[in-house]
Amino acid sequence: MIRIEHLVKSFGPLEVLKDISTQVDTGEVVAIIGPSGSGKSTLLRCINLLEVPTAGHIFIDGIDITSPKCDILKVRQNVGMVFQHFNLFPHKTVLGNLTYAPMKVKGLSKADAGKIALDLLAKVGLSEKADQYPSRLSGGQKQRVAIARALAMEPDIMLFDEPTSALDPEMVKEVLDVMKGLADTGITMCIVTHEMGFAREVADRVLFLDGGYLVEDAPPDIFFSSPKSDRAQQFLEKVL
Amino acid sequence: MNLDFGQIIPSLPFILQGILVTLRFTVLSALLGFTLGTLLSLLKISSIKPLRWFAEFYTSIFRGTPLILQLALVYFATPQIIGYKITPIEAGVFTFSLNSAAYSSETIRAGIMAVDKGQREASMSLGVAYRPMMLDIILPQAFKNILPALVNETIALLKDSALVSTIGVLDLMRRAQVVAGQTFLYFEPLLVVGVVYYVMVMGLTQAAQVLERRMRRSD
Repeated sequence: MIRIEHLVKSFGPLEVLKDISTQVDTGEVVAIIGPSGSGKSTLLRCINLLEVPTAGHIFIDGIDITSPKCDILKVRQNVGMVFQHFNLFPHKTVLGNLTYAPMKVKGLSKADAGKIALDLLAKVGLSEKADQYPSRLSGGQKQRVAIARALAMEPDIMLFDEPTSALDPEMVKEVLDVMKGLADTGITMCIVTHEMGFAREVADRVLFLDGGYLVEDAPPDIFFSSPKSDRAQQFLEKVL
Repeated sequence: MNLDFGQIIPSLPFILQGILVTLRFTVLSALLGFTLGTLLSLLKISSIKPLRWFAEFYTSIFRGTPLILQLALVYFATPQIIGYKITPIEAGVFTFSLNSAAYSSETIRAGIMAVDKGQREASMSLGVAYRPMMLDIILPQAFKNILPALVNETIALLKDSALVSTIGVLDLMRRAQVVAGQTFLYFEPLLVVGVVYYVMVMGLTQAAQVLERRMRRSD
């Protein structure tokens, strides 16, 4: 469970997140949407401390990760992240990408890590690519490998930062299908996305951010059919 | 012009033994220099200001003064300052490593900065600590990018190693001078070591190309 209390994030004089408070329950799938520059990605990146909050608290399973006493590396092992630009390790094979962190961070043996990795590759439909280097993969394949890499650490929470925004249109579906399958497994997911159809179908809740404020926090059917704020109405008129 | 290579043939084995001296000297200085240069480059990108200042200052000293002066200072002044009678080889390797560290640290810093910041974020998001992240993820990619520049630096080291002849190391250069002193022939021994240096540099260039091709297999 993630609990965010009065979160503020500033870059110099620019306040990107303004007093955000919300909660994501275990197993919940939350879509974070909003216009560009609204602070969606920053909010997501605060959850695994890629951005350090300026003020406020974030609790994961009751532990305050913003406390200086908190072991950040430990938190991150439990929070997987998928990036817009995949960020696969180009000098490692697909299998190497998946086994690196479990071996290095969790101390798993090569055999154990390899078993988990091959299992995950089968789940994302890329078993035959295990020994390839990332440069040989298509964008959609790279992103599926990136999802598998994050899952190889067996996290309880997965963060997705615009996972389909850098993909060619025909590759979006294969990645969304993998994410849909993942949502059904009961893992907690926070997804920054511009795929409204996907958000509507898969998310349990939608967070709408604008100008650093959390403007709406509602189930998708309510948010998409009758948004309360003018700002969300305008946004939806443009994107739907 | 009368060239007489016949007279220096007996001295050839003596001269060629210098290859090993020069090569060992260069390899040792390059390895130590690049290791130290890597540490310096990490200081240069650190968020702790005094560490950055130290690294910048260090680099400015070694770039701002002649190498032969640094060499002479280390060799002749060490016994005077700390009472340790430093051997010419030790003085040479020490000076060349420190000097090479200063130059290569700039190259390595640029190489690290050129690695996409997403690599760092991906490592961090997986819970990987700073050290393994640098050693396993960032530096391998950085070194791949700057390999040509590091080869240049190694070639410069190889050729500059002739400077250690001035403090009495029996390297290729010094051996040529010794033979010249014995036979009163200058052109022949110097030409021979000139050819040897050239061949060594060409060999290094070839080896680097093979290495670069191997490292590019993931592209």
